[in-house]
Amino acid sequence: MIRIAIIRFPGTNCDRDTLHVIKNILKINTELVWHTDNNIDKYDVAILPGGFSYGDNLRAGIIAAHSPALKIIKDMANKGKPILGICNGFQILVESGLLPGSLLYNSSLKFVCKWINVKVNNCKTSFTSDCKKSSILRMPIAHAEGRYFIDNKGLKELKRNNQIVFTYVNEQGIKNERSNPNGSLENIAGISNIEGNVVGLMPHPERSSEKILSPYNNDDGIKIIQSVVNNLKG
Amino acid sequence: MNNNILSQFSLTGKEIKAIKNRLKREPNELEIAMFDAEWSEHCSYKSSKNILKQFPTEGKNVLLGPGFDAGIIDAGNGNVITIHVESHNHPSAIDPYGGAATGVGGILRDIISVGTRPIALLNALRFGEFETSNRSKWLFKQVVKGIGDYGNCVGIPTVGGEVQFDSSFERNCLVDVVCIGYGKENEIVLGEAKNVSDLIIIVGGKTGRDGIQGASFSSQNLGVENEEDRAAVQIPEPFTKKQILEATLESVKTGNITGVKDLGGGGLTCGLSEIGDKGGTGIQIQIEKVPVRDSNMSSMEIMISESQERMLFVVKQGYENEIFKIFDKYDLIYSIIGKVIKDKQLVIKDEEKIIAKLPISFLANAPEIFHKSKKPEYIKLMEKFEKPDQPNNLGKVLLKLLSSPNISSKKWVYEQYDHEVGASTVIKPGKSGAAVLRLPNNRYLALKADGNSKHCYIDPYNGSAGILAESCRNILSVGAKPIAMVDHLQFGNPNDPEVFWSFTESVKGMADYCKAIELPCVGGKVSFYNEDEIENKAIKPSPLSSVIGFIDDPLKIRSLLSQKKSNIILSIGITNEELGGSEYYEQIHKVVGGKVPQVDFKYEKRLHDAYLRVSEEELIDSSIDCSQGGIATALSEICIENNLGAKINIDSINHNCKRHDEMLFSESHGRFLLTSSKNNLDRVMKIFNKYSIPCNQIGELDSNEIIINSNKRNILNVRLDEVKDSYENKISKVMRD
Repeated sequence: MIRIAIIRFPGTNCDRDTLHVIKNILKINTELVWHTDNNIDKYDVAILPGGFSYGDNLRAGIIAAHSPALKIIKDMANKGKPILGICNGFQILVESGLLPGSLLYNSSLKFVCKWINVKVNNCKTSFTSDCKKSSILRMPIAHAEGRYFIDNKGLKELKRNNQIVFTYVNEQGIKNERSNPNGSLENIAGISNIEGNVVGLMPHPERSSEKILSPYNNDDGIKIIQSVVNNLKG
Repeated sequence: MNNNILSQFSLTGKEIKAIKNRLKREPNELEIAMFDAEWSEHCSYKSSKNILKQFPTEGKNVLLGPGFDAGIIDAGNGNVITIHVESHNHPSAIDPYGGAATGVGGILRDIISVGTRPIALLNALRFGEFETSNRSKWLFKQVVKGIGDYGNCVGIPTVGGEVQFDSSFERNCLVDVVCIGYGKENEIVLGEAKNVSDLIIIVGGKTGRDGIQGASFSSQNLGVENEEDRAAVQIPEPFTKKQILEATLESVKTGNITGVKDLGGGGLTCGLSEIGDKGGTGIQIQIEKVPVRDSNMSSMEIMISESQERMLFVVKQGYENEIFKIFDKYDLIYSIIGKVIKDKQLVIKDEEKIIAKLPISFLANAPEIFHKSKKPEYIKLMEKFEKPDQPNNLGKVLLKLLSSPNISSKKWVYEQYDHEVGASTVIKPGKSGAAVLRLPNNRYLALKADGNSKHCYIDPYNGSAGILAESCRNILSVGAKPIAMVDHLQFGNPNDPEVFWSFTESVKGMADYCKAIELPCVGGKVSFYNEDEIENKAIKPSPLSSVIGFIDDPLKIRSLLSQKKSNIILSIGITNEELGGSEYYEQIHKVVGGKVPQVDFKYEKRLHDAYLRVSEEELIDSSIDCSQGGIATALSEICIENNLGAKINIDSINHNCKRHDEMLFSESHGRFLLTSSKNNLDRVMKIFNKYSIPCNQIGELDSNEIIINSNKRNILNVRLDEVKDSYENKISKVMRD
C-alpha cells in the first residue's frame, strides 16, 4: 500500500487541491502532514505543494527550506524516495539545495496565471515515467518567482545528466521566446536531481488533472502523479 | 468637553446632544471617540438603513439575510454558500496597493468569521480616464497588484470582475471586492455573544496605530489634506490572514466557539458593541490585555484602531485551552480580553478603573438621519438631447469600441490573479459572462458582479435595475439560475439632496427588479462621500450588483465557446433606440445623454423562465448577453472565442431603430446572442415564442471576417485578425507590457 505525504507549511495553499487529485481521482492513500510532524519519513512519497510558505517572506521558499521538515525530506531523497515540488514546493527544493539553480522574479516583474504547454524531455524520472518522450502537457502556471536560472557550468551539468525534465513550448512543441511565460533560462519549467527521484516544476499538475477544469478538455497533469504510483506499484 | 477635542470627530451637534441625553452625563473623550467610530456612516448605515428596507431579503434558499458579516445560502445536503461585498475606496485613492489589498483582507475576514472557507473572489474597479491620465494608470496598476498579491498569497482564486474607466472617478477610484465562502450549516457561527460568562478573546495581529479613525475617514469627502492620511490605511498581512483562516476553521469544528466577529471598520468598538447588541448581552473588557504594537498607545487609539488581521472569538469558559492549542499551531498571538456580562453595557476597564461604560445597544445603533432629496438639475438639462449623426464607416467604429478600455479584454488584469487555485474554476475569466466554480458537493456555482455608472448617471432607476438585469443575464448565459444577490451602493455626499435622490432611485430600481424576479438580497454595503472636495464633484452613481446561481448538471454549463461547433446565430430580445450612456455615444461621439436602456420587469420574468427552459433542455451551444457596445460587440466576442468570422443580416433582429448604428450599438436590456444547431432550432424558437420573447435567426459563424448586411447591402466588414487585435491588446499596450 503506497502512502503519500503532502507537506503543509504555514502559508501552503495548494495542499487540499493536491490531496483531492491523489485521494479522490487516483484513490491513493494520502495525508496532509503538518511540517512539524516527526514521522514524515514513514511515507513512501513526499509532495511539497504550491502556495506561499511563510508568506514568501525574505524570498519564496527560503524559510521552509531551512525548517526541520526539510532535513527529513533530504534523508528520504537520499534513500531514493520520490519527492515532488510543485510551484512553491519547487522553490523550496531549490532553496534547500535538493535541486540546483534558483528561481528568480519573472522577467515581467508580475505574477502570471495562465495555461501553458510544457514538453517532457526526460521520461525516466519518478514523476514522468508515464509520459511519452517529447509529449506536450497542458497545465496552468501561477507564480511571481518562477524564472529558472543557473550558471553556465550548472546548465551544462543539467544537460549532460538529462535533468531538464520540462521546457515551456508552444502548441507545436517549439521552444521560443513567446512560449516562455516568465523568462526562464532555456525555457526551463522543471528539473530533477541526477538520480531522477526528486523533481520540481513550476506548472500545477493538480490543477490540470480533470477534464472539466481544463479549457482544452485535457487531464495531462494526472500523468505526473500516476507515474510515481505506477513506479512504486511496479 | 471642549470644542477642540470635539473638532477631531465627525459627530454632529445633534448626535452629541442625543448621547448626553441618554447617558445623563458628559461623555469622556474615549466614549466620544467610540461613538464617533460606531456612528460613522461607514459602520452605522444611518443615512441608508431606512431606504434599504425595500429589498426583499427572504427566499427559498436563504438561510440568513443582511445584518451579519455575510449572507448565507443553502447549497444542499447541509452545505452552505456565504457571500459578502466590501469596498475600500477611500484607502485605495491614497494608497492604492495597501488600500486594495486590505479591502480583500476585510472581505475574506467576513466570510471566515461566519465559519466558512473563502472559495472565490470577484472585484469591480473604477478609475478615471484610462489613456490620458497617468494618475489613473498608476492607481489601476497598484490596485490590481494589491488585490493579486493578497488573494494569491492566501490562496483564494479571483475568478472574475469588471474594470470601468470614467472621468468622474479621477480622484475617487472605486475598489469593490466580493467573496464567496463554502461550509457546513452546523458549523456556522455568527457575530454575537449570547451566553453570559463566555470569554472574549482577540486573536491575530497586534493592535497598532494604522487605520486609526478609518471608518470616520471613509465617512467624509476626500480633500487635499487626505493625501497625508496614509495612517488611516491599514497594513496588509496576507500571510497572517492565511493562518487566521486555517485556525478559525479548525477551531469552529470544536463546537466550543459561540461567536466570531472580524475587526474591520470601527475596530474593537464596533466589534464588541455589535456582538453584545446582537446577542442581547453586555461585554466587559480589560484594555491592558489587548496586545499592542506600541506600549504608548492611548486607550482611545486601541479602541478605534482598524489594524488588519484581528478577530474576536467568543469561547465557552473552560474550553479556551483547546482553542489556544490551535492558535499556537498557527503561531497566532491571542489574549483573553474580557467576558460576556448580563448588564447590557460595554464596559472598558484599565486595570481596576472603569474608563468607559456605555449602553451597548444605544452605541451599536446610531440614530437614523433622514435626508432631503431632489431630482438633479443635470438630469433635467440632459433631457434636451440631440442625437449625433451616424458615421460612414461602421467597421472602424466597431474596432474602436472593441479597443475601448471598458470593453476590451481584461487579460492584463486577470493574468495577475491566481484564478486557478482551489482546482475548481470551470469557467475562467474572459471565457464567458460569468465565472463557474465546482463546489465540493459537486454542484456548480455561477457568479458575476456588474455595474454601469454611465447608465446610472443619466437614469439612476433604470440604470440600477439594469445592472441587476445584466448580472442575471450573465448568470443565465452560463446555464445557471440566479438565486441571490448582494448590492453595493456607492454615491457622493448624502447631505446633497441631488445625490440622495439618485441613491433612493437606485435602491428602488434594484429592489423592484429583485421583487419582479423573486431574487432575494442577502447582504450589501453602502459607501457614501465618494466626492472630491477640490473640484466639488461627486462620482457618478455607482451601484454594483453581484448575483450567484446554481447549476446541478455540468453538461448544462455554457460559455462563449461553441463546444459542439454549431454555427447558427440567434438573437434573443428587442433592440430599442436606447443609447443613453452607451459606450458608442461616450467613446465614439463624446456625448453624454439620451435615453438609457429601460427595464421591463414583466418581460424580464418571462425571459428568465424561457431561458432556463432552453438551458434545461440543452438546446443552445454558446451564449453571450448583449450589454456594453451592443450586438456588434457581443458578436465580436463570440467570433474571437470561436476563432471564426460571422455573416449576419442585421434586419433580422427584432428592433425599433431607424438607423444601423443604433441597431448595432444600442445597449437595450433583455438580449442575448446564442449559437445553436439546425436540429435544435425549431425547439428553441418554440420555447421563446411561448414566453413571447423574440427569437430570430440572424446568420452564422463562418470564415474569417465579420460581415454585417442590411437590405442585401454590406454595412460593416472587418477581418477577424483586426477584431482580435483591437480587443485583446489595448490594455497591455497602454500599460506598456
